[in-house]
Amino acid sequence: MKFAIQINEGPYQHQASDSAYLFTKTALEKGHEIFRVFFYHDGVNNGTRLTTPPQDDRHVVNRWAELGEKYDLDLVVCVAAAQRRGIVDDGEAERNGKDATNIHPRFRISGLGQLVEAAIQSERLMVFGD
Amino acid sequence: MSELHTVNKSPFEKSSFASCLEHVLEGSAVLLYEDGIYAATKGTAVEGKLKSAQGVKFYVLGPDLKARGLGEDRVIDGVEIVDYEAFVDLAAEHSKVVAWV
Repeated sequence: MKFAIQINEGPYQHQASDSAYLFTKTALEKGHEIFRVFFYHDGVNNGTRLTTPPQDDRHVVNRWAELGEKYDLDLVVCVAAAQRRGIVDDGEAERNGKDATNIHPRFRISGLGQLVEAAIQSERLMVFGD
Repeated sequence: MSELHTVNKSPFEKSSFASCLEHVLEGSAVLLYEDGIYAATKGTAVEGKLKSAQGVKFYVLGPDLKARGLGEDRVIDGVEIVDYEAFVDLAAEHSKVVAWV
């Protein structure tokens, strides 16, 4: 079955990113397809490569990136939510005159249309977070 | 086709569990996870609400019970304890998934 995942909470905020990760990982291991993972609202903070948790804590960002690498997942960060929270890629840095980028290379920034498309193309949309 | 409703917040923190119960139809299922698991525990002020939902099957995510130090003996009778594999199965088996956040 084809799933789309939406995450509305940041990493380490409550538990949504962890729940979504475990659901996604389990679904993939069971042979399901994940059409896209869409990070919305504070969920965009799951996509910054600058995250540095203590060494004995789980690395939420890298964990998503590693799962994305293994299964070639489309990890999409909402552009409007990202701009508000300072999540920046090369294009956004140039467009908004910023001197740095922080998006993890395994993620990409795109628009809300990507969420709508994921909802249409998938059989189930799973929403995690606030 | 029946729906799967998911509730991830404590019924003592937000009204999402109460809203869910007002909308859930007979034959549908409710999965309680994260802080939502507190709605599945015995002896609370919302136990009666869960029990009065006619024809609704309740599930609770085992790993989230364990993460909060709650044993299986604390879960209301009739609520089924499931793992992530069953969570995925429930999402696939029901025609829609409604997240009460």
